[in-house]
Amino acid sequence: MIERDQVLHVAKLARLRLSEEEVESMVGELSGILGHVDRIGNLDLEGVEPTSHVVALENVLRADEPRPSLPREVALAEAPEPQDGAFRAPSPQAE
Amino acid sequence: MTDLLALTALEAHEAMVAGDLDAAEYTAAWREAAAGDELNAYLWRDEGGEESRAIAVERDCIAPIAVKDIFCTEGVPTTAGSKILEGYRPPYSSTAVRKLIEAGAPILGKTNMDEFAMGSSNENSAFGPVLNPWGSDRVPGGSSGGSAAVVAGGLAPWAIGTDTGGSIRQPAAFCGIVGLKPTYGAISRYGMIAFASSLDQCGPLTRTVSDAALLLSILQGKDPCDSTSVGLEAGVSLPGREDLSGLRFGVPAELGHDEYDVGVRAVFEQTLRKIEDLGGEIAEVALPSTEHGISAYYVIAPAEASSNLARYDGVRYGVRRGGDGDLIEMYETTRSEGFGPEVKRRIMLGTYALSSGYYDAYYGKAQKVRTRIATDYAEAFSAVDFVVTPTAPSVSFKLGEKTDDPLAMYLNDFFTVPMSLAGIPAISIPAGLAEPEGGGPQLPVGFQIAAPAFGEQALLEAAYALEQGIGFDAKPGDANG
Repeated sequence: MIERDQVLHVAKLARLRLSEEEVESMVGELSGILGHVDRIGNLDLEGVEPTSHVVALENVLRADEPRPSLPREVALAEAPEPQDGAFRAPSPQAE
Repeated sequence: MTDLLALTALEAHEAMVAGDLDAAEYTAAWREAAAGDELNAYLWRDEGGEESRAIAVERDCIAPIAVKDIFCTEGVPTTAGSKILEGYRPPYSSTAVRKLIEAGAPILGKTNMDEFAMGSSNENSAFGPVLNPWGSDRVPGGSSGGSAAVVAGGLAPWAIGTDTGGSIRQPAAFCGIVGLKPTYGAISRYGMIAFASSLDQCGPLTRTVSDAALLLSILQGKDPCDSTSVGLEAGVSLPGREDLSGLRFGVPAELGHDEYDVGVRAVFEQTLRKIEDLGGEIAEVALPSTEHGISAYYVIAPAEASSNLARYDGVRYGVRRGGDGDLIEMYETTRSEGFGPEVKRRIMLGTYALSSGYYDAYYGKAQKVRTRIATDYAEAFSAVDFVVTPTAPSVSFKLGEKTDDPLAMYLNDFFTVPMSLAGIPAISIPAGLAEPEGGGPQLPVGFQIAAPAFGEQALLEAAYALEQGIGFDAKPGDANG
């Protein structure tokens, strides 16, 4: 189960600002989903290796050779507010 | 005109190669059909304007195709069904789209989808739901609902989609077409907008199993741009198997107490008898951990999504909102206004599952359950060639029926999620029609066949023989009742 203050904390970690209404519904919905998920909490999984990737691959390497990449103006073409050939964002100092 | 559209993609390809079919005329007929979209299935269609210059095909000899809007397509709007990417035109094309263009398949358009592929009904699209061609009050399934609807609704000869926990197979089942989720790694994910990277896989949605084989043969392959891609070493050839003799089909013992609709059960059992008629053998297999598939999936997929979707912050591309000179304020406003409710819910779920103090209880456990599920399949495949289940617990449900209950929506993925967690290939083929639980006209039921990793050729052969044996030929709009 998840409480209101946990929802607010997680929202902050996820950089989401939730409306009062969203917080309310999130408490109920996340609790319902976690209630179902909690069924795996009681399983005995001692000694079972975790799987993060299903295909056995390791160290996929390629030669480190220079090659062309996206031209700067193309990479910046979709930026909301590019400036002087760079991505522009508000200052992090303001907080 | 109508005759041209009746050809399967394979028939059209063979006729074009033989010089019996004019490619330009054929593609024009499909562009005209696509323009008649009344299902909200296309988010963008190629009308020959400036924005489609980068996707022009040099040698038009493969049937034109509809592409899920999750595939980056150079110069063409690519939204992943989200407001946060509204108006975004990628500077490059995904490997899947590039391969289609190189093979000579013109892009008909980009199809509607659940936002960032999160959903099982297409109702999570920021651009409105797709309607099921079998009934405009019904969902087409999701998340590749637009791709399934265009194929079933005669708006494209075939399509590609993505499947993370059933997003190709379930909409294929709901729309009465074929949907294949290949082995993880068979097709490059480069340029495919990420939802859950360890599960996401591109695949075909087609009218026939042969079309799925042809499309897979074009798409598969190792790609230097995706270090997790491996391709299918032996390639893919067109299936031609006529019977199922010598093949063993495993039915999970657990299926007996799972909840699914009576009509779905009837079609499933009738299909098992068809397998036996064709010389195949039915055996029971134990997959005890698959019942925990939904729990593991709804930890792992949101966890990966919460990380993948951190990139939508209003800095480099997509929409930017608010800020007034404050960076954190800008991030939060952009994300809060740009993401829809289901995406926020999954980001929250994933962030919670990965947060300090909960990681071991949720993410760690889920990864171990994933191992167990993969082991279950490995053991089952030592006794049988394939594992079969219904594709979904019900036929297509009504628009709005499950939107207030996220857990009920998630449980719709019950039969498709375990294969995704195990990384193995699975196909859904239309097996018959059934009445929905609440009554109403009959709707398609999908039959799912899963095979060992990289067993695509054998899977396609078996699915082809069964498809011929079933002879499903119902179409949306046929009188039934």
